[in-house]
Amino acid sequence: MGVGILVEDLNAWYGSTHTLQDINLHIPANHATALIGPSGCGKSTFVRCLNRMHETNPIARATGVVKMGDVDIYREASPVEIRRRVGMVFQRPNPFPTMSIYDNVISGLKLNGFRNRRVLDETVERSLRQAALWEEVKDDLKKKSGASLSGGQQQRMCIARALAVDPEVLLMDEPASALDPVSTSKIEDLIFQLKSQYTIVIVTHNMQQAARVAENTGFFLNGKLVEFDSTHKIFTNPRDKRTEDYITGRFG
Amino acid sequence: MRAVRPAPSSAEQSTSLAAESPSVVRNFLNSRGSGRLADASFATLMLICASTIFLIVLFIFWILIHNSHLSLVAFGWKFFTREAWDPVSGDFGALPFIYGTLMTSLLALAMAVPLALGVAIFLTELCPRPLRAPISFLSELLAAIPSVVYGLWAVFVLVPLMRDTIGPFLAKTLGWTGFFEGPNFGVGLLTASIILAIMILPIISSLTRDIMTAVPNSQREAVLALGATRWEMIRIGVLRNSRIGIVGAVMLGLGRALGETMAVTMVIGNHPDISKSLFAPGYTLASVIANEFSEATGDLYYSALIEIGLALFLVTIVVNAIARLMVWAVTRGAPSRVS
Repeated sequence: MGVGILVEDLNAWYGSTHTLQDINLHIPANHATALIGPSGCGKSTFVRCLNRMHETNPIARATGVVKMGDVDIYREASPVEIRRRVGMVFQRPNPFPTMSIYDNVISGLKLNGFRNRRVLDETVERSLRQAALWEEVKDDLKKKSGASLSGGQQQRMCIARALAVDPEVLLMDEPASALDPVSTSKIEDLIFQLKSQYTIVIVTHNMQQAARVAENTGFFLNGKLVEFDSTHKIFTNPRDKRTEDYITGRFG
Repeated sequence: MRAVRPAPSSAEQSTSLAAESPSVVRNFLNSRGSGRLADASFATLMLICASTIFLIVLFIFWILIHNSHLSLVAFGWKFFTREAWDPVSGDFGALPFIYGTLMTSLLALAMAVPLALGVAIFLTELCPRPLRAPISFLSELLAAIPSVVYGLWAVFVLVPLMRDTIGPFLAKTLGWTGFFEGPNFGVGLLTASIILAIMILPIISSLTRDIMTAVPNSQREAVLALGATRWEMIRIGVLRNSRIGIVGAVMLGLGRALGETMAVTMVIGNHPDISKSLFAPGYTLASVIANEFSEATGDLYYSALIEIGLALFLVTIVVNAIARLMVWAVTRGAPSRVS
């Protein structure tokens, strides 16, 4: 089950570039929230601040408050604890090429020392089913390398890997941008299925995608959150002129 | 961290795909520690490992300074620029040895680097697949041969060849340059350089091959799609992308050449001269230590030999520093590798 995320006065920098400026936002639990905006507007940086991946870059820093449930993730928890609770799916599939499909999916559990074989087997099946990949790979779970799958399958396996730890929040940074339309629609179906159980934050360039999967949408521009509202409101009757210009294709 | 989530209501558990909530897995993960101690101890441990390198270098440097004290006092910094080497009257200088070391190593590099690049290019870009493994294996085998075996081979094969065939040919065709003059006994700077070149060839070629294999194929395709020939593709798509790694491989080869002792000692002639002719016998820093250390009578002689060791240490550092500077000058502003 997911938890809500509360962001207060979040600022982030890469070197001297101020990539996120005074972001205030409440992401509701067990819903999908889409973040849209032109390239370089800060939406990827924003999701990376939600599991403290932003700070893994030596020149990056962030200030402000991010609360996941009741926990202030920058003050009351270590990055390791936060990332155990938050799953992340990256833009390009990043399977572990030296591991089998099975080992890829349970890698988050194995590295934490989880050894119960029965639960591991169940988790692999549950996660792969959730990721709509089970039927395609169930016969060679331990035979095939994670890297031998097609791009779309790899990305669904990476989603399964993120789901295997039963996260409370799932961050997806343009998860379908490197995939073909069939794989993309599979992943959208998946997000639609999963959002009742997890808090999902998805960054996308594709506005139809945001409209299809998310209840709420935020529009970022030049490091600022211009508008955040229900997806329906954003796409039919935005408050801000810049949002309207973007969604109608006048720029970006 | 643990008790933050409110108990889920029963309605939220309806979907069949949902994990039981809170699941076994989530309970287990929530029970794990923060990892702060683990991260901190790991970082400390790695810092200790890294500092041993630093300590070893400092220790070697200190021992060399300490044991060459007599000679340092007697000759000062001039030791490194003096040509004398006279154990009988106690007059010592390192210049002929520094010259011999640098000359043989640089000549060896000049011969080995183009050859090694050729081997690596052939292996990564041109070689038919079935031949790749055997050739790689053979070239790595060369690296595993002990240096005394190279020395013996040089004494019995290379020296006569230099004396009777290659030497006279070079004297006839290139004698006018002044580099191939004077009596040619088969032993000397040139012979030592050739044996060094053979010895450092495998290390440079196998490292370069690994570096070039790591260049992503998309880079090759990008150049080929612009209408490049095979060579242009290798030059722009492969060599440019691996230049830093190649310099690193060359530096490792140079390091081996500078310190190589046994094979060089057997064929260089062992005479502390600075001569323009490459037929002339020479001496290297490493060879003189190996040859004379056991017979160093007298404290000053002993101390001077230790200072020769110090000179070798410093030569290695200076040469490495120059190479780094060169890399830095070439790649300034450009990303070092393809991501």
